[in-house]
Amino acid sequence: MLEVKDLHVTVEGSEILKGLNLTVNPGEVHALMGPNGAGKSTLSAVVAGKDGYEVTSGEVLFEGKNLLEMEIEERALAGILLGFQYPVEIPGVKNIYLLKAALNAQRVARGEEEIPAPEFMKLVREQLSFMKMDGSFLQRAVNEGFSGGEKKRNEILQMLVLQPKLAMLDEIDSGLDIDAMKVVAEGVNSLRSADRAILMVTHYQRLLEHIVPDHVHVLVDGRIVKSGDKDLANELEARGYEWVLEESAA
Amino acid sequence: MASQEMEELVSREYTQGFVTDIESDTVPPGLDENTIAFISNKKGEPEWMLEWRLEAYRQWLQMTTPSWAHLDYPPIDYQAISYYSAPKKQEDKPQSLDEVDPKLLETYEKLGIPLHERAALAGVAVDAVFDSVSVTTTFKEKLAEAGVIFCSISEAIREYPELVRQYLGSVVPQGDNYFAALNSAVFTDGSFVYVPEGVECPMELSTYFRINAANTGQFERTLIVCDKRAQVSYLEGCTAPQRDENQLHAAVVELVALEDANIKYSTVQNWYPGDEDGKGGIYNFVTKRGDCRGDRSKISWTQVETGSAITWKYPSCMLRGKDSVGEFYSVAVTNGRQQADTGTKMIHIGEGTRSTIISKGIAAGRSDQAYRGLVKVGPRAKNARNFTQCDSLLIGDRCGAHTFPYQEIGNNSATVEHEATTSKIGEDQLFYCQARGISEEDAVNMIVNGFCKDVFQELPMEFAVEAEALLNVTLEGAVG
Repeated sequence: MLEVKDLHVTVEGSEILKGLNLTVNPGEVHALMGPNGAGKSTLSAVVAGKDGYEVTSGEVLFEGKNLLEMEIEERALAGILLGFQYPVEIPGVKNIYLLKAALNAQRVARGEEEIPAPEFMKLVREQLSFMKMDGSFLQRAVNEGFSGGEKKRNEILQMLVLQPKLAMLDEIDSGLDIDAMKVVAEGVNSLRSADRAILMVTHYQRLLEHIVPDHVHVLVDGRIVKSGDKDLANELEARGYEWVLEESAA
Repeated sequence: MASQEMEELVSREYTQGFVTDIESDTVPPGLDENTIAFISNKKGEPEWMLEWRLEAYRQWLQMTTPSWAHLDYPPIDYQAISYYSAPKKQEDKPQSLDEVDPKLLETYEKLGIPLHERAALAGVAVDAVFDSVSVTTTFKEKLAEAGVIFCSISEAIREYPELVRQYLGSVVPQGDNYFAALNSAVFTDGSFVYVPEGVECPMELSTYFRINAANTGQFERTLIVCDKRAQVSYLEGCTAPQRDENQLHAAVVELVALEDANIKYSTVQNWYPGDEDGKGGIYNFVTKRGDCRGDRSKISWTQVETGSAITWKYPSCMLRGKDSVGEFYSVAVTNGRQQADTGTKMIHIGEGTRSTIISKGIAAGRSDQAYRGLVKVGPRAKNARNFTQCDSLLIGDRCGAHTFPYQEIGNNSATVEHEATTSKIGEDQLFYCQARGISEEDAVNMIVNGFCKDVFQELPMEFAVEAEALLNVTLEGAVG
């Protein structure tokens, strides 16, 4: 589904990704771990199409298409959705309005009719209660005055409504208390399916106790230096990153 | 997104630039006492009105053009302007829409105000000012039934001289400021509204102004009086055709609210702003002031300003009556080389007076805008309260926004709050929306409309939709 080949990315003149390779198949859940500054968030930003990241060489393919030539919204419409670490506030724009605009953009891109209001409300209300959010969320401005936990739940709510093919979650666990973490994890787990892939970027192993990944990758200094299954995450938790660095240097 | 793209996104052509070919009855350029006598005579005015005009003119001659605004424009040659232009068929003024020059109706069509339909659908009575003479008035009868007078100011001077004499200049005196003095001397038309005691005006009143003839200044004079416990909502919409040279517009609007009266005055202004290099466009120097003369009266100004090359405008409230309320809600959008210096004055004179100011400025292109607001609380205004919020949104990095809040607090029981923010239209906000599959253009519209929400919700329903559409058109453009 997603193929990243020898990706080199520069931000403001300094190289952050230095030859990253990663393949994500449908049905898989991948966790990308690594110390601060390793380039974890850079990868998801480049895949989503954020400005300010210069790809100097390498390829990113999504379902065989060259992602790097696509506009931001085209990537989203192709089925890639990024859950933000710090979701931005948009004053005056109701949450429900953004959700509906996003869903309809998808439907129109697929050549479908816009969703009828009652059907939309039914869909949203179901997902809302699943995420343990009350109806007032819909009427509030996008992320405005939301607590850290509310923002993250809102990101997952959008995923549940928009049903992406590839869900990328950037540090979705940061700033969450344990209860909120469980709700978020349940949301993510409900997204798991045979035709969908999930790519999580995280610092901490604790998220992976709730969302058990199929593959764990350690990103150090712009490259994936070690890959494994969920046991690798446990090992990292116990031993830190130092040993991986030493091993890869050897 | 690069800022250059942002600017492309907001650059657009003025879609209402067309000129109607109707023979005008225009005086040669120039201004002296003879010009004023000509205008007064042309309109069949009584002697006192001419005297009043001449008095204003003599004061104007002693005055100098104000220079304190954050605006940059070449000096205006007042002798190069023609002060009167009327459609030729004024003598036999049409009595119904059927008699109206079809070309004129076409003009309204192009402006998107098919009079009959619009009036019927929206329940709006339209007193349309085409250049300087009021051409047609609809729904007059229904208003007359309620006892509401809604006519052109020229007609009011002839038909209701006592009312006009009592109130004209009582809020904005002839010598109030340079442009008000000029207007008082040469005003050609405008609207007059009188809502009698206890009457709630049965419909929204609306006037569309439009500057048509080349080189003519337009000087409307509007006077709205709401008697005790009366209510009215008034909307003014403006457009002007596209021209190379600048045109001057200096209007005066006076509102008077007596005891428990309520006036809501909304403006949607999209006059020609000039081209990308600042060529052409309207110079808009307007004095708008409301007088909350009676206790518990309320005056509310709502404005959506997207046009004009130069805007100099400060709709204000004199809060004289005890517990009277003043409100100012404003959205100003500037693009290209537009300059706007706009804001409000809330003068708290009576006890328990309250005011609210919400100002949203959006600057794009190489435009420059300033919010200038005065909150003044007099010694007798015990427990006066004001809340001011002014927010600026910048699109691109070649525009500017400035805030000049002035406060003069004359007693210590007053509560005055001021909040201000300036933000760039968030590239993060745009990215967030686009990463959800929403196009760049839709995302900009969504963010800007969200930014303006607090003001739009103050507009009458049908006009809120129009304002939103206007904003989208203004910000629409060459994406990709």
